[in-house]
Amino acid sequence: MMGDRARISPPQAGEGKSGYARRVALAWRCALLALALLAAHPAVAVQPDEILKDPALESRARALSRELRCMVCQNQSIDDSDAPLARDLRILVRERLTAGDSDPQVVDFLVARYGEFVLLKPRFEWHTAILWLTPAAALLAGAIAMVVALRRRRFAGITPLTADEERRLAEMIDRPV
Amino acid sequence: MIAEVGHYALVLALALALIQSVVPLYGARRRDASLMAVAEPAALAQFGFVALSFAMLVACYVTSDFSVRNVFENSHSAMPLIYKFTSTWGNHEGSMLLWVLILSLFGALVAAFGNNIPRSLKSTVLSVQAWIAATFYLFILMTSNPFLRFGDAPLEGRDLNPVLQDLGLAIHPPLLYLGYVGFSISFSFAIAALIEGRIDAAWARWVRPWMLVAWMCLTLGIAMGSYWAYYELGWGGWWFWDPVENASLMPWLVGTALLHSAVVMEKRDALKIWTILLSILTFSLSLIGTFLVRSGVLTSVHAFASDPLRGIFILAILVLFIGGGLTLFAVRAPMLRQGGLFAPISREGALVFNNLFLTTACATVFVGTLYPLALEALTSAKISVGPPFFNATFGPLFASLLVAVPFGPLLAWKRGDLAAVAQRLSGAFVIALIGFAATFVLEGRPLLAPLGIGLALFVIAGAITDIVERIGLLRTPLSTVARRARGLPRSAWGTAFAHLGLGLTLLGIVGETQWGAERIVSLKPGEKIAIRNYDLTFDRTGNRTGPNYTEQAATFTVRRHGDIIGIMEPSKRSFASRGTATTESALMARGASQLYLSLGDMNPDGSVAIRLYFKPLVLLIWLGCVVMFIGGAFSLSDRRLRVGAPKPARIRTAMAPAE
Repeated sequence: MMGDRARISPPQAGEGKSGYARRVALAWRCALLALALLAAHPAVAVQPDEILKDPALESRARALSRELRCMVCQNQSIDDSDAPLARDLRILVRERLTAGDSDPQVVDFLVARYGEFVLLKPRFEWHTAILWLTPAAALLAGAIAMVVALRRRRFAGITPLTADEERRLAEMIDRPV
Repeated sequence: MIAEVGHYALVLALALALIQSVVPLYGARRRDASLMAVAEPAALAQFGFVALSFAMLVACYVTSDFSVRNVFENSHSAMPLIYKFTSTWGNHEGSMLLWVLILSLFGALVAAFGNNIPRSLKSTVLSVQAWIAATFYLFILMTSNPFLRFGDAPLEGRDLNPVLQDLGLAIHPPLLYLGYVGFSISFSFAIAALIEGRIDAAWARWVRPWMLVAWMCLTLGIAMGSYWAYYELGWGGWWFWDPVENASLMPWLVGTALLHSAVVMEKRDALKIWTILLSILTFSLSLIGTFLVRSGVLTSVHAFASDPLRGIFILAILVLFIGGGLTLFAVRAPMLRQGGLFAPISREGALVFNNLFLTTACATVFVGTLYPLALEALTSAKISVGPPFFNATFGPLFASLLVAVPFGPLLAWKRGDLAAVAQRLSGAFVIALIGFAATFVLEGRPLLAPLGIGLALFVIAGAITDIVERIGLLRTPLSTVARRARGLPRSAWGTAFAHLGLGLTLLGIVGETQWGAERIVSLKPGEKIAIRNYDLTFDRTGNRTGPNYTEQAATFTVRRHGDIIGIMEPSKRSFASRGTATTESALMARGASQLYLSLGDMNPDGSVAIRLYFKPLVLLIWLGCVVMFIGGAFSLSDRRLRVGAPKPARIRTAMAPAE
């Protein structure tokens, strides 16, 4: 069980490479992943041999895994993914936890290595401000618009329908006048 | 010959759509009845030709005509007949043909059954419908023609993606498209109302059945897709906040808001401009969903049928209809008259609250889905937005909305009494509190589970309270209750069922996410694994041969407290034609809960990696959606929406002036 831990891939798409090289590496990985998926037997996400003996540590590892993205996959967390990279990352997370890292330390370690792309929940920063503030801003703007519209309409003199119009409308929708 | 007939029929449909998009509209402006009357036969014939075209493609698939390129790429002669049939739309070209088939079907239905709609409005609606149809026929004929042939026909096809060789493909896409495309009718009605420059409560009544049908199909379509992903992908997830899923959720959210605001418009003649805007937005989001899935702009689980080159064309359609629709709205909406005043605390107020939260939830999903794309395009920074983000933002928004759900139907129109409603909901409060306390005592922290259970029970009890109050149960004699129950409008039952379904779905979500159990182990034959009250014994593995695959199945005997209750046989299928494999999980329902078993690697020493889950109440997630659908069906059967109920006012007053 522990034997597997030894073969952790070094961070390939990482330090020192230019953006272009990184993209090429990523594209290549995608191709490899496609090949891996075409092979006869895809492994299914978390494997029995990865699971830690300490249940508390394991449940922390699972919770962390759900927050981390498998970078070569489409919108999958490393917890769900079958890709070899996801497996490497799962093992890496467990290694850091076993070594005594706190949850934020593990996340920081991965972000330092792989960039913010690895986080499924982006941190609140300048370039993610619009993303994070949209729900509150939309709710607030909607509420204000609602109140304004309601007040304006109450004060605006609305010309009521003529008796004839009212009757025709009532007939149209079977409503008693 | 068959493919050529299909191709030609589609060209004829395009020609008819072009005529239909101009002549009735011009006739409506000129008040020329004969020009307006072109709309119905054109819409019906258009549907006839698209149906013929679709039938021809189906025929190519069913007869495995591999000289047709689309069939060669997506079918195989050894596939079972049902999958030959469904693979017609298991690819880009075929699914677009299904899309226009449903679009023309809705046009034809309006033409055939919209007898109570005023002449000029109906002609204009059908013209707008034909604009949409014409652009999509062009899209198919120019970029995605399914009828292209090879010079010399290959002997065998490349087979359908094995993940799609499932009954889910027969149900999920047609239902989803009925929903997506169904909202084109409310779009066309909104555009027609803006062109005509008038809109009243009757408009809402004419368009409401179409909204309801679209909403019902979308609800069921999303639920079916979720269940399909749940059993097919092998790790028991049922919602991934994948962009493609979000693309179907967004029209649902705004469509639900539309359904509610249209009620206000119909009953109280208020929120007219807002309802028009929602109609435009709902279909716009359907188009955006089509764009996201079909253009390949997001490569995701569903990206099997995408081609970026087509993206430009769909983007142009998008700009044309969304841009055009919103521009027309900006120009004409101020001319529409507002009616029906109401106090903030009232049924109208509650429905506005509903609209506020649903549209905000939709905005959240929209930004979350597109933000990474926009950010990368503008700054080349790459970020991911996944389930943890949506759970943290969408979750609280939707929970707040659910708290308000039981209040809405109990509030009076115009001016309501919140305290009185709260008092009538006291029974529901008590049930929710008991649920909360019981869950808290039994399960303890985290607090999310007791809160979720409390909220779900509140919504369910609130829906029941609504009906109990209306029929006077517990207050009046049973005979009166029965009479009142019969006399209660179907739409009231519809509301109650839809809200009840919402509560059931929430109950399922809380149960599955908070109390699920999981075992991931390697087992050798003869070994046992326990989960909750169940024991599974791994008996053996065996090989089987299907029509176009071979599979390795593992047999497990399931015992509960020592008694055998059944067998579970998960398997792994290998499809030689594509060299791919699928995991076929085994499911065993226990009440509303399920045991879920799927296979991982089979090792040389005979052991098998398995994933075993116990998923409490999980079936309620989809059952709740079915109940919502039933609610929609009740509402649809309401007397006031039935075909032929109200005649156009002009004709009536002309015939019976003394009334």
